[in-house]
Amino acid sequence: MTTKFTPDHEYIRVEGSTGIVGITNYAQEALGDIVFVELPSVGKVLKKGDEAAVVESVKAASEIYAPVAGTVTEVNDALSGEPGLINADPEAGGWIYKIAIADAGELDDLLDAAAYADLTK
Amino acid sequence: MAETSAENLKTTPLFESHNAAGGRMVPFGGYSLPVQYPSGIMAEHKWTREQAGLFDVSHMGPSFLVLDNLSGDAEADHAAISAVIEPLISGDIAGLKPGQIRYSLLLNEQGGVLDDLMIARSPLVAGGLYIVVNAGTKDADFARIEAAAAGKARLIRADSNYALLALQGPEAVNVMAQIAPDAIDLGFMTYNAFDWGSDKIVVSRCGYTGEDGFEILVVSRDAVALWDALLADSRVKPIGLGARDSLRLEAGLPLYGHDLDETISPIEADLGFAISKRRREVGDFPGAARILAERESGPSRIRVGLIVEGAPAREGAEILDASGNAIGVVTSGGFAPSLGKAIAMGFVPPAHATHGNKLQVSVRGRAQPAEVVPTPFVPHRYFRKAKAS
Repeated sequence: MTTKFTPDHEYIRVEGSTGIVGITNYAQEALGDIVFVELPSVGKVLKKGDEAAVVESVKAASEIYAPVAGTVTEVNDALSGEPGLINADPEAGGWIYKIAIADAGELDDLLDAAAYADLTK
Repeated sequence: MAETSAENLKTTPLFESHNAAGGRMVPFGGYSLPVQYPSGIMAEHKWTREQAGLFDVSHMGPSFLVLDNLSGDAEADHAAISAVIEPLISGDIAGLKPGQIRYSLLLNEQGGVLDDLMIARSPLVAGGLYIVVNAGTKDADFARIEAAAAGKARLIRADSNYALLALQGPEAVNVMAQIAPDAIDLGFMTYNAFDWGSDKIVVSRCGYTGEDGFEILVVSRDAVALWDALLADSRVKPIGLGARDSLRLEAGLPLYGHDLDETISPIEADLGFAISKRRREVGDFPGAARILAERESGPSRIRVGLIVEGAPAREGAEILDASGNAIGVVTSGGFAPSLGKAIAMGFVPPAHATHGNKLQVSVRGRAQPAEVVPTPFVPHRYFRKAKAS
């Protein structure tokens, strides 16, 4: 199991051929209180970089892009009633959607934890 | 995600205080100002509704307009200074009592709003007005006022050598009692000057959050000391621009450059109250022909409040009728922390403006239900003095 990051502050936790996608702790801090999450629909086919979800804070809407290509297999419905889960626990309970990874090779283009930590220093 | 800007931003006398308090500084109206502090917009918003929030609004345009030559008759001097400003605006300034503040509109000849502003009759100086305009328009506003005043009055800008603080919320009055005890006798929309620090502070009982509160003009050299003195009270927390915007939106108050601009008339903006009765009867304000006609026959669009289901509808979102036809646009919108739902203001034809009317808003191409509701979304809690019996 490994977690990779995008420069746009999404993470993808890889479990076998599935990726669990959300935004990083750094991102949730920068956005502030999250009040609404627009989830993708299950079955949606995404290309890498496609807009997959929208996270809205009190102030503004932020697009969440697909870190890799694939098909959405599950979404975190808990966020509909409790969007603040992303603030409270972004990298576990605040996950946004799961994706069946189409091309594992695309993961190699993403940042590892150390590189992401450097980026957000 | 950090906002960076190449522009040369101005700072207020409280810049270091904001940084020390962990303020997240962003460019706003040419100034570097805190959008929020570490507790976040939601907590800051709720704190202001429940306790007292302290805002740095030094980017706004406080000023004094004073007659060049005084006659010695206070009422005649007030009439003379009113005659300088009234041709530019909608309000009855001549009718103000000493210390009274009026919300008014600076108008163009087409009846559009150039700015909304507070104009107050000095409680101390005959022939003197205290005027506060918006940050984004202040240079143009001041130039306009100066041109009208030429040869009659002097405009003294107070936006660079003063700081302007706003203390807002139900506890504001109890906090002010510690700072300037006499200020708590001020009625809503009145002001006076009080001794504090090395000079006087100018305290107005007004604000733009819907709460009871005060705006305090303080000379720059005393600004940090006053800020610190207010924050020393455990009922007070510093509040950033983010919560300032969500508070005024819940209060249903228009924001210049968003819900008001130079194409929008006061009648369209549902600010008919800002056209004072005497001015209406005489019809002697800029754009009177359009404004009075709209008042009589109704405007073609009007500002409404909307409760939005689902994602917040932000500025620019289309407003649709029940059948999906575009009928207007959102001018301010977001999430209302006090209500836990999305709210918006926007303009629609009057036929769609009835309270309870079901409309839709288009957010990212998706139509979401919205209902026309009365504003304010959260009731105002301005201080009203009990009438003397």
